[in-house]
Amino acid sequence: MIAAAFEYHRPADLKGALGVLAEYGDDARVLAGGHSLIPMMKLRMAAVGHLVDLQDIADLRGIRVADGRVKIGAMTTQHEMIASADLAGAAPIIAEAAVQIADPQVRYMGTVGGNVANGDPGNDMPGLMQCLDATFTLVGPDGSREVAARDFYHSAYVTAREDGEILTQISFAAPKGGYAYEKQKRKIGDYATAACAVQLTKAGGKVTSAAIAMTNLSDTPVFSDAAGAALVGTSGDAAAVKAAVTAAVAAINPTGDNRGPAEFKRHIAGIIIGRAITRALSRA
Amino acid sequence: MNDLTPTPQERTAKLKGLGTSRKRVEDARFTQGKGNYVDDIKMPGMLHGDFVRSPYAHARVKSINADAARALPGVIAVLTAADLAPLNLHWMPTLAGDRQMVLADGKVLFQGQEVAFVVATDRYVCADAIELVEVDYEELPVVTDPFKALEPGAPVLREDLAGQTSGAHGARRHHNHIFLWETGDESATNQAIEAAEVVAEEMIYYHRVHPCPLETCGCVASMDKVNGKLTVFGTFQAPHVVRTVASLLSGIEEHNIRVVSPDIGGGFGNKVGVYPGYVCSIVASIVTGKPVKWIEDRMDNLMATAFARDYWMKGRISATKDGRITGLHCHVTADHGAFDACADPTKFPAGFFHICTGSYDIPVAYVGVDGVYTNKAPGGVAYRCSFRVTEAAYFIERMIEVLAMELGMDAAELRAKNFIRKDQFPYNSALGWEYDSGDYHTAWDKALAAVDYAGLRREQAERVAAFKRGETRKLLGIGLTHFTEIVGAGPVKNCDILGMGMFDSCEIRIHPTGSAIARLGTISQGQGHATTFAQILATEIGLPADSITIEEGDTDTAPYGLGTYGSRSTPVAGAATAMAGRKIRAKAQMIAAWLLEVHDGDLEWDIDRFVVKGAPERFKTMKDIAYAAYHNAIPGIEPGLEAVSYYDPPNMTYPFGAYVCVMEIDVDTGTHEVRQFYALDDCGTRINPMIIEGQVHGGLTEALAIAMGQEIAYDAIGNCKNSTLMDFFLPTAVETPHYTTDHTETPSPHHPIGAKGVGESPNVGGVPAFSNAVHDAFRAFGLRQAHMPHDHWRIWKIANQLGLHG
Repeated sequence: MIAAAFEYHRPADLKGALGVLAEYGDDARVLAGGHSLIPMMKLRMAAVGHLVDLQDIADLRGIRVADGRVKIGAMTTQHEMIASADLAGAAPIIAEAAVQIADPQVRYMGTVGGNVANGDPGNDMPGLMQCLDATFTLVGPDGSREVAARDFYHSAYVTAREDGEILTQISFAAPKGGYAYEKQKRKIGDYATAACAVQLTKAGGKVTSAAIAMTNLSDTPVFSDAAGAALVGTSGDAAAVKAAVTAAVAAINPTGDNRGPAEFKRHIAGIIIGRAITRALSRA
Repeated sequence: MNDLTPTPQERTAKLKGLGTSRKRVEDARFTQGKGNYVDDIKMPGMLHGDFVRSPYAHARVKSINADAARALPGVIAVLTAADLAPLNLHWMPTLAGDRQMVLADGKVLFQGQEVAFVVATDRYVCADAIELVEVDYEELPVVTDPFKALEPGAPVLREDLAGQTSGAHGARRHHNHIFLWETGDESATNQAIEAAEVVAEEMIYYHRVHPCPLETCGCVASMDKVNGKLTVFGTFQAPHVVRTVASLLSGIEEHNIRVVSPDIGGGFGNKVGVYPGYVCSIVASIVTGKPVKWIEDRMDNLMATAFARDYWMKGRISATKDGRITGLHCHVTADHGAFDACADPTKFPAGFFHICTGSYDIPVAYVGVDGVYTNKAPGGVAYRCSFRVTEAAYFIERMIEVLAMELGMDAAELRAKNFIRKDQFPYNSALGWEYDSGDYHTAWDKALAAVDYAGLRREQAERVAAFKRGETRKLLGIGLTHFTEIVGAGPVKNCDILGMGMFDSCEIRIHPTGSAIARLGTISQGQGHATTFAQILATEIGLPADSITIEEGDTDTAPYGLGTYGSRSTPVAGAATAMAGRKIRAKAQMIAAWLLEVHDGDLEWDIDRFVVKGAPERFKTMKDIAYAAYHNAIPGIEPGLEAVSYYDPPNMTYPFGAYVCVMEIDVDTGTHEVRQFYALDDCGTRINPMIIEGQVHGGLTEALAIAMGQEIAYDAIGNCKNSTLMDFFLPTAVETPHYTTDHTETPSPHHPIGAKGVGESPNVGGVPAFSNAVHDAFRAFGLRQAHMPHDHWRIWKIANQLGLHG
């Protein structure tokens, strides 16, 4: 459990970080909170010649809420998001999900940017950001571009981010209505057996919008348009919830692991999605 | 007497002796990070060692090329079996009479097995060098299932045993068979069962788990070539045994070996045995003349050092129609892994599993245990229990539940009907044990009353009805256990390890000003010996516990003893402490008599002093006597005040307890919540109630882990699936429920202070209590047996198979 030797870089600004990435190409990796990358390096499953620590880049931290839009710097920790009064007002689902990540020690170090950029299907923030229809800002040698969270994930650890790019910011419209992040895990510190983010609105007794996304049930997070559509226009009655669950479960492709076989996860996913929708409806 | 004279109550309180919830003296250093663990030890010039381990569960090692590793700057040596063979140290004896490869000798037999030992100037270089060692493996067929291992065409695992038709424990009937150990009367048992009105039969599996102490195993070996003395600091639960074994293996005379167990961060049986890391560190130190440190990481610990359990227990139990048990038959298929490295007393290759008649008066019984080799890590240690006693308790407490279903009888009533009665003690069990004392009915009635058992059963019936009406998706389980432990190994006449009798010892030296040091042959790994042994002594010799230092773990200073495991410290070393204390007191009485100018028979002991009978104003305190012992020239009495006792217990002790677990189970998700856990323990005389409570909390939490999620599992090609704490369940405060503790007190009649030991009872009783709660929740739907661990998936599977998911 000792990592191989590596060079450690600690640039003071984004330009410096991009410079190191440009110089060393795929032999360099950025380090955010380190709670995915460092264990992989210690297991010698990841070999990194040049580690580019982003923690001195002040511009990458902080939460700003203005004009109905939420902007979160990539180096903002889970703990900072949980403690943010602004975020609690603008998007309470963030804290509800973040507090279910790992344990306090991990949340003090783990960042939202690392969580979404790493492409680990077990991470909670990618599904949540798809639910919120967030946009990721990627900065590279040729400038900056924006990619929708719903388009970002290709397969496990493979994302739209190019080598040489750094994910700097996450932004989304402050959501309205009811929300829930429901997660089943074996114990504190575990990844989800199944988890689901729901954000929906109601007006005049009818569901007017619904976004449903799931965590650790495929090799990427899964956003289900059909599940949301099954709710919209209904009163959110039992039949509608059931239809939404059926649509959501149809979109996942879980694999068996120590948490249980795929068949079990599919069933648990249905239960967790149903509970998330029901709780979100009760808050709408 | 005047107002300033302390009352007897005040004098007793000042001693902080037996029965006092004295705060743990160890905690000040542990809570401030000032403990001194093996990995804290740094010596000048110290080198570091680490292993190249096998990625395969069964493979031939065709070649090892360490040239690139040796060429790495900082690498001092790379040891392989070929280097150890000339010293005859490439294999080592196990505690179970088998032998184990120190480094792979031609083949590997489990994933994680030690293949080569890299020695380097620092740990980082070691880790890099391990990557550079090229091992050419040829994969061989793997067998991880003990039943398949015994099939005629099964792969031959132990080629070194070819042609050996008998082993340390009798005949071997197959190339992967280790032993068949039997006790009891099989034909009488079969007759009783065949003639019985009701018979229940079930296969009970107690899965493979791991003690997983927070501190992993490790050592620092230091050979001083100038004075010829070898010092080994290590995580040893039995330092004296390690010294003797090291001497026998190395040929170094025992006085030239010093083994030291410093602070130990939990053992739970994992640190009893001898591991290849110790042997390699010692050899490397002898070769290099420098100290060599080896410390496992978590994956090493979980994959390669001793596991626990892995017992397939096939049971048949018979009874009369009205629930009187008439016989018990048990056959165990015991998966020992690649080498038989169980840590059991030599004559008991299945430990004390034959305590499996439990708390019940069963007239006839039989146990047969087949030990089997598989491509899994060796071990089979007593994980927070006496040898194989949790297996036994789980077996009988499941069989009782299955029998209750067969009889259509309440399981609490069935237990009460069959308990050994108070007037039957000392009780001779059908499988040969003499239970020292017990009062099971009193404990049971107290437990059932405390939880309102009848009320719980009513609530459960209402819940089942509501579930069937579709009003709830949660079921309620009531898990019952009445367990009997057998601890304190043990009488030398039948308990030894590699021929070393399982007595223990205490040596006391009283200082002139009335304080003392006592040294014991045991070693605390968190049990609080420095606190509790001082309390035993305080009551025996009348000096305050705060004035008594307890020291253990250094073989150069401590008297010889067999160490700490199997709840043996209080029953054996605790007894030695009391007996040595009594020797001190006997001499003190003669000194007091001389000081008071009376006959020693005219004195009586009074808390902390000897008093002249009928003249309470004439006395000498122990403090007075200590000074006189050294500094008065007393005719006919040697100066000084010291004593030593080696205690060979006449019998084991038999702690017992009654546990009730109330559990809510979510049928849809397989999740659970422990709503209530009531634990009544009877460990005889209670030395420190606070420490007992802490021990019970810790043991119950390990039991929770084992029953509800912890396992070491392998896939079909022998990959260990639980080698990190992501996949190996160690509960945190979040998963740990609230516990209610209670007690009765039935002293051991043969122990000097009546104490029986308690550290392991909660693990022994806790596992069946949690597991029975899961089973009980589904009893109304016909569940008879579902194997542990009861993780979300497996509970979900129970519900699914019972058709509860619609």
